[in-house]
Amino acid sequence: MAPVALPPSAVSLRDAVALAGRFPLLAGVDLEVAVGETVLVEGPNGAGKTSLLRVCAGLVPLTSGHLSVLGLDPTRHRVGVRRRVGLLSHASHLYDDLTVRENVRFAVRAAGGDVGRIEPALDRWGLVGRLAKTSAGKLSAGQRRRVALAVLTARWPELWLLDEPHAGLDASARALLDQAVREAASSGVTVLIASHEAGPVEDLASRAVTVTGGRVAAERRLTAASDEAAAPAPAPADDSDPDVDVDVDPVVPEQGRVAHVA
Amino acid sequence: MWRDAALVAGKDLRIEGRSRVALSQVAPFGIVALVLFAFALGPDRQIMAKGAPGLFWVAVLFCTVLAIQRSVSVESSDGARDGLRLSGIDPAGLYLGKAVAVAAQLVVLEALLAVGVVLLYGARIEVPWMIAASCVLGTIGLAATGTLYGALSSGLRVRETLLPFLLLPIAAPVLLAGTRIWQAAMAGGTPSAGSQWLKLLVVFDAVYLAIGVVLFGPIQETA
Amino acid sequence: MTDDLATVPPAGADRARPDDAAGSDDAAGPVARVTAPPTPSAAARTTERVIGLLALVGTAATVWLGIWVTPPDKVQGDLVRLVYIHPGVAWVALYLAFGLAAVSSLLYLWPRTRSLFWDRLAAAAVEVGVVFNVCTLVSGSIWGKPTWGVWWAWDARLTSTAVLLVLFLGYLALRRVPAEPEVRARRSAFVALFAAVDIPIIHFSVNWWNTLHQGATVLNANLSPTIHGSMAWTLLLGFVALTLVFVWMLLVRYRIGALEDWLAANELDLALAERQAEGGPPPAAPPGSGPVDGVPTDRVGVA
Repeated sequence: MAPVALPPSAVSLRDAVALAGRFPLLAGVDLEVAVGETVLVEGPNGAGKTSLLRVCAGLVPLTSGHLSVLGLDPTRHRVGVRRRVGLLSHASHLYDDLTVRENVRFAVRAAGGDVGRIEPALDRWGLVGRLAKTSAGKLSAGQRRRVALAVLTARWPELWLLDEPHAGLDASARALLDQAVREAASSGVTVLIASHEAGPVEDLASRAVTVTGGRVAAERRLTAASDEAAAPAPAPADDSDPDVDVDVDPVVPEQGRVAHVA
Repeated sequence: MWRDAALVAGKDLRIEGRSRVALSQVAPFGIVALVLFAFALGPDRQIMAKGAPGLFWVAVLFCTVLAIQRSVSVESSDGARDGLRLSGIDPAGLYLGKAVAVAAQLVVLEALLAVGVVLLYGARIEVPWMIAASCVLGTIGLAATGTLYGALSSGLRVRETLLPFLLLPIAAPVLLAGTRIWQAAMAGGTPSAGSQWLKLLVVFDAVYLAIGVVLFGPIQETA
Repeated sequence: MTDDLATVPPAGADRARPDDAAGSDDAAGPVARVTAPPTPSAAARTTERVIGLLALVGTAATVWLGIWVTPPDKVQGDLVRLVYIHPGVAWVALYLAFGLAAVSSLLYLWPRTRSLFWDRLAAAAVEVGVVFNVCTLVSGSIWGKPTWGVWWAWDARLTSTAVLLVLFLGYLALRRVPAEPEVRARRSAFVALFAAVDIPIIHFSVNWWNTLHQGATVLNANLSPTIHGSMAWTLLLGFVALTLVFVWMLLVRYRIGALEDWLAANELDLALAERQAEGGPPPAAPPGSGPVDGVPTDRVGVA
């Protein structure tokens, strides 16, 4: 059996501890996410889901433990990691005095994105006509979310970190969001979705991890998602590797802590 | 870096264009300061004319504090500061962009205050290019240090009271130099008297701009 | 593909001074342990005591010599006795304290030598420096009034000292803002650095300001009269004694700072334990072995 090169992981956390002042946001997290996986991060309020995503985005430094995002160390390759990661957080990072279009333009250009993708993204999320010229300060929460999503889809980074993405969105926007996530997943983007209401999101993800008390407490497979989304697309069918099992979770062998519940 | 700087400067100036805070709040405050100085120094026009350079620069310093506060608070809307960090924008570019935007606003304010000083205090300017040079160089220094300290104190809730306390002593050389240059410009004396101070300003500007460009990244991650 | 893993040393693992014997934990991971407070070793305590004693003796000797033994000056009379104090405190405040704070801040910011030790040292230096700074201004003022006729003069040295005082106070004000030690340390270090850069510029500016101003009487800030004989020795003794006082105060202040940080850090370990307890008992713990990593159970640990 030829040794299979482990697919690179998009996110790799080991024993991660992150602090905010004296409070431990993460108290020892172990997590491996493969490239192209869509993972649901669930848990009660205050469990550390948001902190987990912020750590992966490189916003919060680790106090101890190991972290690697897209193969890079976020503290040493700050710009490199951030340009390839997109975080959708509770705040939308908008400037109240600028219009929707100006905000999206600025955010995409600041992140080094393709300017040509801005208009299609605005169209996609219904930010057209008068709405595009409205000052961001006048928008509702749902509309702000849409603008943030427009920035995300315009940038199309390799790793999407979505923090409670469905919150505040109406039904049509939710449908658009699900569609966008599916599109991303099938194009090889790694997606982490944090949500405390697992229902609508389960269809999108291949795996769910539960976070409580600042650590990963449990994991489970989600059967609804297609297997192609679970692992990076393998090389075209090759007879020389009959033992490659597409369903194998690419966890580093010596990781003892992760508990797999079948 | 320059591209990011232009992007950020454009953004800040566009916001200023929309909200007009510098124009409608800071500028009148500067004028009010000049009027208060006049009340403080008494109706003797000779004293006011003599004090005009210093008073101008003190008023500029006050306006600088306000402008920096505004520049920092723009980023606190809806977590925009986090957004800037997340976008992976070059920190040096961010620094220069914000500094340029503040400097642009300050130059306009200074022009206004200069006119005010000439009108209100009867100051007479013999060597205008020195005035202009001092304003340009002084502004660069104020914007450079101000943006730096603004970033240092950006996360703090006590920023409003702490920023002036931290910034103004550092900006003292600008006040000293600016005042002397203005005095030389008003006296019509030999350019050499003022040019020494201009050189000081150049050194000051260069030092703090260099510090800002190099250290803005680490500072951002701290706040 | 190289996996660039970020390995971050755990909280509290700053390079301990040789005398911070017990207490610095070096184990990795989130296991909560309340450690013993940093007690200085016997050697450190003796050093502190010895320095304190020497400082006391030196200062007493300086005072005795200065007031009773040395002769008064021809011009300034008894006022000259301030020369044993004023330049000494000025040297400590302006050069020793400030220089130490600046260098320590730089060493803290430099990645290779980053350690909270430098931050604590800088903070201690600044605090003690403020005391000496005020002494400088006050002693200078007392000396100046009879000599110059004014309580204050805007000469380069005095003005720079005053500005330095303000910058010191700004540094301390910034440190009072609640934040985690590393964040506070970085912020303070930056401020110290910027101030350090500014002081020479201010000094030059004020110097020019005075000398280039036509018509101003250039007040000679250097008040020292001719020093000879016993005066010179007393002056030297004064310098040494005051330096020792500074060092002693620095050591004490540093020790207090270390204790404060220990207190704060232990709050963290307890919080860590509580946070983990939120999620239920730690996973995969064999019965009866206590905390997860097999750390001996005699340590006060998980609640």
